[in-house]
Amino acid sequence: MSKHALDITQLHKTYRDGFEALKGIDLTVEEGDFFALLGPNGAGKSTTIGIVTSLVRKTSGRVAIFGHDIDTEPSRAKHQLGLVPQEFNFNQFEPVEEILLNQAGYHGISRKAAKPTVEHFLRKLGLWDKRRNEARMLSGGMKRRMMIARAMVHKPRMLILDEPTAGVDIEVRRSMWEFMQEINAAGTTIILTTHYLEEAENLCRNIAIIDKGKIVENTSMKTLLAKLEHELFVLDLRKPIDAPPRIDGMTIAQCDPLTLEICVSRKMSLNEVFRMLDDHGIEVMSLRNKHNRLETLFLDLVGEGASR
Amino acid sequence: MTTREKLTAYWTIVIKEFLRFIRIWPQTLVPPAITTGLYIIIFGGLIGPRIGPMDGFSYMEFIIPGLIMMSIITNAYANVVSSFYLSKYSHSIEEMLVSPLPNSIILAGYVSGGVARGLLVGAVVLIVSLLFSELHVHNLAVGITITLMTAILFSLAGFINAVYANSFDDISIIPTFVLTPLTYLGGIFYSISMLPEFWQNVSKLNPILYMINAFRYAMLGVSDIPLYISYLSITGFIVVLSGYALWLLNGGKGIRS
Repeated sequence: MSKHALDITQLHKTYRDGFEALKGIDLTVEEGDFFALLGPNGAGKSTTIGIVTSLVRKTSGRVAIFGHDIDTEPSRAKHQLGLVPQEFNFNQFEPVEEILLNQAGYHGISRKAAKPTVEHFLRKLGLWDKRRNEARMLSGGMKRRMMIARAMVHKPRMLILDEPTAGVDIEVRRSMWEFMQEINAAGTTIILTTHYLEEAENLCRNIAIIDKGKIVENTSMKTLLAKLEHELFVLDLRKPIDAPPRIDGMTIAQCDPLTLEICVSRKMSLNEVFRMLDDHGIEVMSLRNKHNRLETLFLDLVGEGASR
Repeated sequence: MTTREKLTAYWTIVIKEFLRFIRIWPQTLVPPAITTGLYIIIFGGLIGPRIGPMDGFSYMEFIIPGLIMMSIITNAYANVVSSFYLSKYSHSIEEMLVSPLPNSIILAGYVSGGVARGLLVGAVVLIVSLLFSELHVHNLAVGITITLMTAILFSLAGFINAVYANSFDDISIIPTFVLTPLTYLGGIFYSISMLPEFWQNVSKLNPILYMINAFRYAMLGVSDIPLYISYLSITGFIVVLSGYALWLLNGGKGIRS
C-alpha cells in the first residue's frame, strides 16, 4: 500500500456553468504529515476537499487516499477519512451525542462499540457536559469542536479540517491547536485549510498554495519561509527620536517618536541590526513582525503583494 | 463495508428517522388521528346513514379501510420528503456522503423510516376507528403485505420528490396538487362501480385506487379491482421507483455538485 496519505493526479473540475475551478492539480501528502492547503477565496481549496471527500464530482483526474482510489475503492478510501467542513453540517435539533453515534453508525460501528470513543472525544474537546443538549444550543466554538469530535469517531487515518477555527475565540482556538497537534503526534495525517496564516505557520510542516485552480507552491514550511528576502519589523523605543536614522542595508520609517518600522534583509542578523541601532543611540524595548512571515509570502505568491 | 457493517449503518438511519418523527409526535402522530376521527364522525356518522349500505357494509365501515390507507400514504410520503429535504437543506446529508455508506443503504434507511411512520400512523388511525366501528379482518396477510408495499412505494416517491426539491415549496407541491387529489379520487369514499363507465376507466389510471381497494378487500372482502392486479401494479411501481431513486443517488442529483 502507498505510504502517501493523499495522492492527487491531474485533477480537473469544471462546474456546469463553465467555471473551471481546478486546472490539473497534482498534490501528494505524506502519511503523518500536518499539511496546510492555503489559497485565497475561490482559489479551489474547497473544491479540492470536496472531491477528496466525495461531496463534489471531479471532471477528470485521479484521487487516492492511502492508496485507495476514490472511484474504484470508494468505501475503503472513505473509511480512512474524517472531514471537518467549513459550514455547520449537522441536524441542529439532534442531541450532540446522537450526532456522533450516528456518524459512527454510518461507518458500520455499533452504538455500543462507539460509545467509549464518543465519550473520549467529547471529554477531550470539553463537550461531555453538553452531550444531551440539542446541537443548536451550543456556541459557535462548541459546534466546531463537536464537528471535530464527529470526524474522529471512526478513528480516521487522515483528517481534513476546512477552516476549523474560523470565528472562534483565541482560547478555544489554542485548545483546538493542541488537540490537532496531539492527534497528529498520535499518527493522524492532518490537512488544514485556514485564513489564519500564523495558524498554518505554527502547526504545519508542509504546505501547498493554490490559486486560480492551480498549485502555485508546494514545499515544506521551512523551505518556503527561507524564500523571504526581507522582513518588516516594528520596534518600540525607550526614548523618543526626532527623525529615523539612515543605516545601510535597512529601510527605516518612523511611525511616531517612539515607534520605528525597519525593513531588514534576511542576510543580515538581528545582532547586526541591534548593534547598528545602538551606534545611533537607539534603545529598543520590544520587536515584532509587522506581517506574519507566511502572509507576506502568500500575498506574493497569489499576486496580491503589489497591492499591499 | 462488510455485510454486518452495512446492517449497522442501515439500522443507524432507521433509528435516527424513527426518533426524528417520534420527537415531533404532536406534528406527526396526532393530526392524522384527529383528521380521521373527524372524517369518521362527519362522513361515517352523520352523512353515512343517509347514504345507506355500500357493498353490503355500512358506509362508515366502507370508508375506514380507505381512511387508514390514506394516512399511510400521506405519512410515508411526508416523512421521507421532509426528512431527506431537510438533510439536504441543513447539509447534514454530507455526514452520510463522506462515510462509506452505499447509496442503496441510504435509500433503504430513509424508505424504512417512511414505512415506520406510515404504519405507525396507520395503526393510530385504526385504533381511532375502533371507537366508532368494529374491526373487520377478511385476510390478514393481504392487509399486512398491501400496507407494507404501499408504504414502501410512497416512501420512494417522497424520496424522489426530495431529491429534486430545491425549496420548501417544492416538497409541498406534489402532496398538495397530485397526491391529495389522487387519494380522494382513489375510492376512499365511494365504489367506482357507482361511476359512469367512462369515469370508471379514468379512475383505473389512478394507482392509489388499487391500493385502497386491495386494503378494503383485506378488511371487508370487497374490492372494485382484482387483487392480483393490485399486487402487480404496486410491485411494478416499487421496482421502477427504486431503480430511479438509486439512479438519482448514484448520479449525485441534488446532493453532489
